[in-house]
Order: sequence, then C-alpha cells, then structure tokens
Amino acid sequence: MSATTWAWLVLLLPLLGSIAIGLGYRVLPQKLAGVLGTLAIAGSFACGIGALLSLLGDDPHSRHHASSLWDYASVAGLDIKLGIFVDPLSVFMVLVVTGVSTLIHLYSYGYMQSDAGYHRFFSLLNFFVFSMLLLVLAGNFVLLIVGWAFVGFASYALISFWYRRETATRAGMKAFVINVVGDIGLVLAAFLIFRELGAFDYGEVFEKAPQVFATNEWTITAICLLLLVGAFAKSAQLPFHTWLADAMEGPTPVSSLIHAATMVTAGVYLIARTHVLFELSPTAADVAAFVGLATLLVAGTMALVMTDLKRAIAYSTMSQIGYMVMGVAIGAYSAGMFHLMTHAFFKALLFMAAGSIIAAMANNQDIDRMGGFGKAMRFTSITMLCAALALAAFPGTSGFFSKDEILAFAGERGGMYTAMMVLGYVGALLTAVYTFRLVFRILPGRPVAEAQELIDTGHVAHGELRNPVSGEPEDTDVGFPGPDHHVAEGSASMRVAMGVLAVLALVGGLVQIPGVVHVISDFLEPVFEESHLAHLHPSAGSEWLGLAVGGAISLLGIGIAYLFYVKQPDRPRQLEARLRPLHTLFVNRWYFDELIDVLVVRPALAIGRFANRVFERFVVDGLVTGTEGTVRGAGGVVRAVQSGFVRSYALLLIAGFAGLALYFLLTSS
Amino acid sequence: MEEALFFVSALGALGGAVGVIAMRNPFYSVLSLVVHLFSLASLFLLLTAAFVAAAQVVVYAGAVMVLYIFVVAYVGGGGESAWEPIPGQRFLAPLLGIALFVELSVAVLASGLRALGEEGPDVKAGFGDPAAIGTLLLEKFLLPFEAASILLLLAAVGAIVLAARRREEAA
Amino acid sequence: MTPEWFIVLSALLFATGATGILIRRSPMVILLCLELMLNAGNLALVAFSRMVGNEEGQIFALIVMVVAACEVVVGLGLIVAIYRRRLPLNVDDLRELRG
Repeated sequence: MSATTWAWLVLLLPLLGSIAIGLGYRVLPQKLAGVLGTLAIAGSFACGIGALLSLLGDDPHSRHHASSLWDYASVAGLDIKLGIFVDPLSVFMVLVVTGVSTLIHLYSYGYMQSDAGYHRFFSLLNFFVFSMLLLVLAGNFVLLIVGWAFVGFASYALISFWYRRETATRAGMKAFVINVVGDIGLVLAAFLIFRELGAFDYGEVFEKAPQVFATNEWTITAICLLLLVGAFAKSAQLPFHTWLADAMEGPTPVSSLIHAATMVTAGVYLIARTHVLFELSPTAADVAAFVGLATLLVAGTMALVMTDLKRAIAYSTMSQIGYMVMGVAIGAYSAGMFHLMTHAFFKALLFMAAGSIIAAMANNQDIDRMGGFGKAMRFTSITMLCAALALAAFPGTSGFFSKDEILAFAGERGGMYTAMMVLGYVGALLTAVYTFRLVFRILPGRPVAEAQELIDTGHVAHGELRNPVSGEPEDTDVGFPGPDHHVAEGSASMRVAMGVLAVLALVGGLVQIPGVVHVISDFLEPVFEESHLAHLHPSAGSEWLGLAVGGAISLLGIGIAYLFYVKQPDRPRQLEARLRPLHTLFVNRWYFDELIDVLVVRPALAIGRFANRVFERFVVDGLVTGTEGTVRGAGGVVRAVQSGFVRSYALLLIAGFAGLALYFLLTSS
Repeated sequence: MEEALFFVSALGALGGAVGVIAMRNPFYSVLSLVVHLFSLASLFLLLTAAFVAAAQVVVYAGAVMVLYIFVVAYVGGGGESAWEPIPGQRFLAPLLGIALFVELSVAVLASGLRALGEEGPDVKAGFGDPAAIGTLLLEKFLLPFEAASILLLLAAVGAIVLAARRREEAA
Repeated sequence: MTPEWFIVLSALLFATGATGILIRRSPMVILLCLELMLNAGNLALVAFSRMVGNEEGQIFALIVMVVAACEVVVGLGLIVAIYRRRLPLNVDDLRELRG
C-alpha cells in the first residue's frame, strides 16, 4: 500500500470512531465506547507507522507524495482539491499526534469513568484527533484552514465539556473567539498567496514563491505576518495567549491532549511547513523569533507565581512552545520538531499526573493546599517526577537533548541570535525553578488531609461538589464526575498510559544525540533540503558545550527550588514581600487580560450598543417602517377610488373613453 | 319632403331621449322612451329599413316597453331626492356628454369616408323587405340567428330564476 | 338626405343616454338610458347599411335588438328581486362594491 493510502486511512479511522460513538451513544455501553475510541486512534497510529515504512522505502529525495480525493472547486483559476500531502514532516506529526492521543485515550478510559458525558467525550476527542490530522496532512491551504477551524471547534467543545459550568462555557467562548482571530489571519494569508501566486497547493506555492518574491518584499512579509497571527492564536503566544490558562476548565485529558501535546503545536507545524515563505521574509521570521522568546520569558515568570496547578502547567506549556516557535523561526527546524515531540511526551504525562493528584484532592487544584503526596500516591509521584525532570531538562532526559539543540543552533547563527540563546538559557533556569517548585510543594512534606485519607484508607477523599471559583454547585447529570474521582493508583488503563509516557519522557531524547545519533534530523532533512538555514549545523563540539551549560543550569534551577521550597520554606514569602510590585505583575499575568479588555472588548461592546440603539432603531427600522407607511398611505389613496358608487365608476369609464377618443382623434388628424 | 319628415322624427327622438333622462317619475320616463322608439321607427323607414322599423315598433315598443310598464307598476318608484352624494357628478356628467357627442361626430365626419357626403347608391326595390332580411338571416347569418335564439332562451330562464319567489318568502 | 345627418343624430342620442346613466339614480331609469344608447347604435347601423347598399347592417341591428331585449329582461328581473327583498331601489345605496 502506498504512503498516501495509509495516510487516508489515518484520517478515516478517527472520523469513523467519532461518528460511531456519537451516533450510538444510547446503544453503546460505556466501556465499549471507550474501547472503540481508543482503538480508532490506535489503528490510526498503526496506519501512520505503515505510512512511515512506506515512505522509508522511497529514495530520500522523493519522499513527498500528494494525493487528491476530489476536486472541490475548479473554476476561474481556482483549483482547490481535497488533497493530502505526505512527506516526512507530516508523517512525523501524524505519529506524534496519534501516538500521544492513543495513550491519552487510554488514560481517559479510566479517568472519565464516572462522568455522565462519557460518550460525548470520546466522540469529541476522536473528532479532535481527526481534525488535527487533517490539519497536518492537508496538501493545500484551503484544507489546512478547514482542519484549523475544525480543531478550533473541537477545542471549544471540549473546553466547555461540562457545559453547565459557567466558568467552563465562558472559557470555551474566549478560546474560540481568539482562535477565530487567528483564523482570520490565516484566511487573509491564503487570499494573498492566491493573489500573488495563483495557487493553493503546497507544491505549487513553495515552488513559485522564490521565483515571484524578492527577499523582504512587503507582500511576502505581509503573508508571513498574517500566518503568524494564525500561528500565535493557535499556539497561545503573546499577545493571543490569554485563552490558554482559562482553557484549563476542561477535563484534564483535554488539557493534556489539546493544550499540551497537539493543538497548541499547530502553530509550530505551520511555520515549519511554510518555511519557504518565512525564509523569503527574514523580517517576519525575526518577529516570530522575538515573540517566541518574549512568550518564553513572560510565561515562565507567570508560572513561577501560579497557585493553581493546572494553570501553572499551562503557562509552562506556553513557555515551551515559545522555545519551539523560536526554534523554527530561526531555522532550527528539526530541533524545533524534536522539542515538539519530547514536549508532547513529558507535558502530557505531567498533566496526567496532575489529573490524578487533583482527583485525589477531590477536584481542588490549589497547590497551597497540597502536600505529602509522595507517600500517598507512589505511582503518580514517580511519573510526575519523570515528567518534571524532562521538563527541567535534567541531563539525560528527553527535554535535555531537545531544548539545548535549539539554543545551540541560535548560538551558531550568531549576532543577535546569541542574545536569544542567552535569554533562552535564562528561560531554562526559570523552567527548572518553577517545575520543581510544583514538585517540591506537592510531593514531599507532611501529607495533607486528603493524602492522609488515601494512606490510611486507600479511598479517595470526597469533596463538596461546588465550583471553587464561582461557588455554584456542579451539575453531575450532564457531566462532571460525581463523588467518584479516579486516581492512577486505582485504574490500570491510567497506569499503562502514564507508564509508557514516563519511559518515553526519560529515554525519548536518545534518538538525537549530537555527534552520535541523528534519527530525527536525518528523517526530516528532505523536507528542508532547499533551506539555506537548515544547513547551519553547529559542530558537535559546540553542541556538547551547549548541552553541558544546559545541564548545569537545570541542576542549578532544581537546587534553587530545593532551597526555596524544602530547606527554607520562608524564603519565598520574604522574597515576595521584597519584590512586591514584580510579584503583583506576575500574579496578575502581566495585565494582558485587562489590556485586551480595554483595547478590544470594550470598544466592541460599545459598537454593538451603538448599533442596537441608534443604527437599528433609526436607520434600519426607520427604513422598514417608513417603506411600510408609504405603501400603506399610497394604498389608502388608491382605495378611495373604490367608493362603491356605481355611477362614479360609470363616470370614470366614460371619462376614460372620452380621453382616449380625444387622443386618437388628435394623433390621427 | 324627406327633410321635413326627418326633422320631425329627429325632434321626436331627441325629445323622447331628453324626457327619459329628465323626468322625475319613472313611469313618465318609460312613456318618453316609447315616443322615442316610435320616432326612431320612422327614421328607419326613411332609411328604407322597413322590416327593422316594424320590428322596432312591434318588438321593442310593443313587447319590451310593455314589460317595463308592468315592472314600473309593480315596483312603483317615486322620485329621487335632489341631493347628490357623489361630489362633482352633476357637473361632470353633462360636460362629458357634450364631449362624447363632439368627439363621436368629429370622428365620423372627419373620418374621410367617401360615401358619407353623398346620397348613397340607388337601392333596388325590395331593399329592407322582410324577404330580403329573411333570406339573409337564414343563409348568410344563420349562426348568429340561432345563437340569438339561444340567448333569448337563456334570458328567459335567467329572468324566471331571478324573480322567482323563494320558499321562505312565501311563508 | 345624406347619412351624415343620421350619424350625428345617433351620436347625440348616444351622448344623451350616457349623461342619463351618470345622473339618474333609479336602476329602472338607468336601464332606460341604456336602451337609449343601444337604439342610437341601431340607428347608426341602419344608416350605414343604407350607405353601403346591402342589408347586413340591418341584420346587425336586429340582433342588437334581440340582445337588448334579453338584457332588459334580466335587468328587470333583478330589479324585481331587489324590490322583493325590500332593499332601496337606489344605485347609490347599493354599495357592496365598496373597497
């Protein structure tokens, strides 16, 4: 079977799963729905492997195939096909997405067991995977936009999964609106591409672009900036990032899959895919790099002071994606994709472990109330530790190899990129500190009440079913786990998923050791072979130096965290008191939400109010009522002729006849 | 001689017509119309339409007007009130009548019909005789003749239906 | 006697009949005025028939007479029916056609 056939199967299976579970929600027993959903994605993963093997059988320079199912629109110069594009980059993304998704589906099988919306969950999750794969496999910009929009919808549906929760629905709407802003950017970019190059197909666009555009011409820069708007909105980079923290209202598997491993990486994939365009516009690429860097640092500071566990991890995600964006923007394409892969592993795992702990805490997410879970939940704490080590880039873990490869590349490019490298290392320090702040708060120490209950009785504590933010009671009829929460220790499927990811988080990096093994960069090389940046390989020596620096920084960060949170627990409070303004800035998330409220939301509301009170009432209604009044008036006038008097009708008749006769007499004489 | 007869008959016709529209009592209007019809019959004679003149007197003045008189006797009918509900009607009506007359006259007289100003062809004797009319009716105009008879039948049936006493009324 | 005279007389009678319809309110009299107009037409037809020289105009006039008779019959039937129902015999009061 050819690679494209495998690819079509990759797309088909999750779609079928979604439809089957969605339509059969009354007929299918719960467990079967879960199994079906997981198997659909697992099958998709298997087909992805098939595509990979088929692709490896090809000559390295011809490892790109396009296949089209249907000509959607072929008119007036437009040629939009329902076509996919299979090359190492898309197969790579397919494998990462389907692989991690399978594990998360397995996790959800156990985690969401007491949720009344089980079937809806799996149907939507399958649909999400389908949309993400569509985005990744799309062969032209139109299908990319379709996949992009579907992913945005799936994200919205899953964030507001517990739809009776006001906080959840508001968060869903916020995410969707910001996503739509990104969609607009993407669509405008597509229009411009069509106008300049006359095609939507990847092959044609990337072939024609270098011939049509000169470097840094304003059109190509505009196209790239618009693409960046889309990428930033989807990947939660500054200033389109405010939705990600609120998106934690969704169930933990959703946070794990969508907002850590897959959807938020779509922006990175976009930049890597359209690297031809970005290389023609170094200005736009630099903008992307700066935004990535800025996000990296700002999100790091925000994660440092967050007290909500999931939101802290969300900011960590934002920060790591900043690394990836910076990486692909400066030309370190395979390094960026490598970090994408390792990040998927350890971030998904971190969320899974967090989910387990939150379940043990009866749905309370405040880390100030957590402690001592190292003793209470052995398995969860070990996996959490593995994830944290990888995130902090502890020497030998996957995160270690991937993050530092990006920074080494930056150093290699020289000039201002060296400054980026330095700041990247500062960010790495922050990462290590905030990651282990979480670890040291939650795992060691005296067990809190819930943990104690777990140790003593082995049962999960029962909490009050009340939304901690708004105080309203939770509605367990439509979804929201009732009194029963599921922890990893109690569910085999959760343990299997977390275990696999823990192993991958630790050893996944060994496929790309500088100077020794480069599986990933070799595999991805044909995609970027015409890029003049990708050939800038740092020498093995400088890479090892970078790795050494990175390892040292990671250990330093862990040490600082240990100092602050284990040895001297009063230090953080003292530091906070001394740097109060800074702390306030970080805790209020750099006031981005307030800024957007003032700049965007309030004017929009004002325009809406004006439209309603003035425009609608006077102009629109006036026109309509005015027309009605005029017609009615005219009708009234005409009606006066119908008086009912036969003699006046006769008069009109004869008068008309006389008039006509006069006319004919005059004209004929 | 002809002119004299013409003028007398014309006066009679006009007088009868004016009488019809001017008399208050409908009975007097009917009688005026009878006068008018007789005058018209003499005019027809002047035009050598003997049969038509006879039909006019016998059928029209004789049968139709008698019908009218019966109905007027049954219905009665006093005068009409002087007040005119439709504004402008009393003013416009004569005006329009005059306009109509003028236009029709002009239309015919200025139409350029060659024979209009002349005496007319010499007609053979027997022009307008019942024999001539009869021949035409039964040969050339048979279809209109038959259609007219059906029309008469329909009218008779229609009149009976319209004027019949309903069951409820009789009770 | 040229036909002109007869045609002018016919036009005058026709106009008189039309005026009568416009100013009289009793349905009876209106029917009578209608008769006036029809007879005026008859006169014109017969005059033209004489002018042309064949009797076809007279046949036409006879048929018109037949039609007029039918119309009178039906009209009078209506008037009788109206009278029977005790409605006012006044064309202005019968205003159901009012829009």
